[in-house]
Amino acid sequence: MSSTTESKPKKIKLTIPEEEIMNPGHLACLGCGASLAMRYVLKGLGKKTILSIPACCWAVIDGPFPYSAAGVPVHHCAFETAAATACGVTHALDQSGQDDVTSVAWAGDGGTFDIGLQALSGAAERGENMIYIVYDNEAYMNTGIQRSSSTPHGAWTTTTPVKHYKKGLKKNIMEIMTAHGIPYCATANIGYPEDLIKKVKKAKETKGFRFLHIYAPCPTGWKHPPDVTIKISRLATETNVFPLFEVEDGIYKINKKIKNPKPVSEYLKIQGRFRHLTENVVQSIQKEVDQRWTRLQKMEQAFGEKTE
Amino acid sequence: MKKVLTGNFATAYGAKAARVNVIAAYPITPQTTIVEMLSEIVADGELDASFVKVESEHSALAACIGAQSAGSRTFTATSAQGLALMHELIHWAARARLPIVLANVNRAMGPGWSIWADATDSIAQRDTGWMQLYCENNQEVYDTILMSYKIGEHADILLPALVNLDAFFLSHTSQVVDLYDQKTIDQFLPPYNPKIKLDVNHPRSFGALTSPEHYYEFSYKIQNAQEKAKEIIRKVGKEFGEMFGREYDLTESYRCEDAEFILVNYGTLAGTVKDAVDRMREKGIAVGSLKIRYFRPFPSEEIQSVLKNVKAVGVIDRAISYGHEGPFFTEVRSNLYGSKASLYGFIAGLGGRDVSIMDIESMVDYMKKEQPSHLIWIGVKK
Repeated sequence: MSSTTESKPKKIKLTIPEEEIMNPGHLACLGCGASLAMRYVLKGLGKKTILSIPACCWAVIDGPFPYSAAGVPVHHCAFETAAATACGVTHALDQSGQDDVTSVAWAGDGGTFDIGLQALSGAAERGENMIYIVYDNEAYMNTGIQRSSSTPHGAWTTTTPVKHYKKGLKKNIMEIMTAHGIPYCATANIGYPEDLIKKVKKAKETKGFRFLHIYAPCPTGWKHPPDVTIKISRLATETNVFPLFEVEDGIYKINKKIKNPKPVSEYLKIQGRFRHLTENVVQSIQKEVDQRWTRLQKMEQAFGEKTE
Repeated sequence: MKKVLTGNFATAYGAKAARVNVIAAYPITPQTTIVEMLSEIVADGELDASFVKVESEHSALAACIGAQSAGSRTFTATSAQGLALMHELIHWAARARLPIVLANVNRAMGPGWSIWADATDSIAQRDTGWMQLYCENNQEVYDTILMSYKIGEHADILLPALVNLDAFFLSHTSQVVDLYDQKTIDQFLPPYNPKIKLDVNHPRSFGALTSPEHYYEFSYKIQNAQEKAKEIIRKVGKEFGEMFGREYDLTESYRCEDAEFILVNYGTLAGTVKDAVDRMREKGIAVGSLKIRYFRPFPSEEIQSVLKNVKAVGVIDRAISYGHEGPFFTEVRSNLYGSKASLYGFIAGLGGRDVSIMDIESMVDYMKKEQPSHLIWIGVKK
């Protein structure tokens, strides 16, 4: 699990497993957040994992027949069926007594927030013993950058062209999923791999339906250079655009509280998809981010662990 | 053991006898009592299986696909709108070569809302790669579920099967069904043990992006399996006869040997046609019935050999391909290309309209008097 490479008594403890399950040779774009997300998730889950992957970038990233980069069995499935397919796998594992194998649905935001929401809600409500992971790149990137209900306010996509950029809010999938009363629900960010892997492991150890919402930038669709993927990821959390929190059996916990959150403009200005935004729009986005952050803090105050 | 069972209960008992591992289904009239019965059988521990009560038919078949890929024998049941909702995954299951069995209670498509018999729902799934067949009575339903697993799971086939039974005429009508001894069934149908499945010890990718370099051959192999299935269906039908006393084939001909007129039919129409044939035979009319059990694979050889020397062939469709004619008629005519037989395409009983013995007799009457036609509506109110 952990390893220390130096013999010097330095107090740095590496918590990220060294073993690489995902293979090189995948087909992701340069700087792809989704490929890093998979790499980290598999480090947390281990080899005894079966992935059900619907239409999304990862349907391509894994490689065409007969190749596969994941290093674990991959079951490609129809767009809206990630949750239902993985639930079928779960029941087959159960029937054959393979209770040490984890069935995981791995889908993009389109397959989760939009077309796959019904199957996701159904599987969550039934309490299927599986993990559902959405890697969120905030648009239909595999089909060439069309807006999804996860696309944030202000963003350019090919179906929300500059003059007609996305006007509404990003759908709050975490509130939808926590409303199902599932045992574990968490956000994670590829910019914070230790936190991400910790949550993956926690999800793995939990029984029942578990949901992970992973922030995964897309340089191609967000119009930023590939070498700032991590910078943007960290800014997303440092600006409270994408807070890190978890809801365990209804108990809220914000995992990273930013003392002095940076202005959202810092996050927006390094991405081409927000380049057209006027100061006014940036202000209203700041307001929306603040509102969601306040709401989350209140949720933690109301439903967090009592610390008296 | 003989029991009085509705077609739906015969279906549920068939799935139970096949010892399915995972059932995923969603209620829809008139299929619902299949789901209810199976749910009870599983809850009571009579069948060691998982019953996934999904939130839609789409998820029902998706869950079956997931479970079957991971090595389970799976079953689902639906009807009309539900089958239509599954359509995407109907393609998926066949292309993934998963021998799932789906019982479809043939029901008309809306609007207007109709829950009554009509084969348009299953005919619309024709080009998906599934084996597709129609049952005449509840015994055949029970037997067919068992045989469908055996046929589909054959290493050379690996295709799913759509087992059709007519709404209400079978689904809710009670008949005597002979249920077989489980030990003998287990000999006939051993546990499902696919060579390739989702397996953490042998990580593979299933259904990945496929270039034109490979896709074409996958399609070619499905067609080969469909062709080969004819042989396996005959073989399994014979074996079933030897073990359980009821033999099955792709078609069933009744009093066709010396017939001048043959009525081609499917589903519950077969029973009515056979009664009508007996009545007409008493009047000295040389009529026969050819029931088509399997629509896919299509029994071309049987059809040609039974129909080649007949004076006139009438095909009765409880379905229509709008803008053309009855779908079975199209297939039969294409198979009789070059034959001298006069061909008549009858449409009857859409949306559960009753098709009586008199209606059948009127068809033969029509064939005796009128010129051949591809589209003759029986009992339509104009």
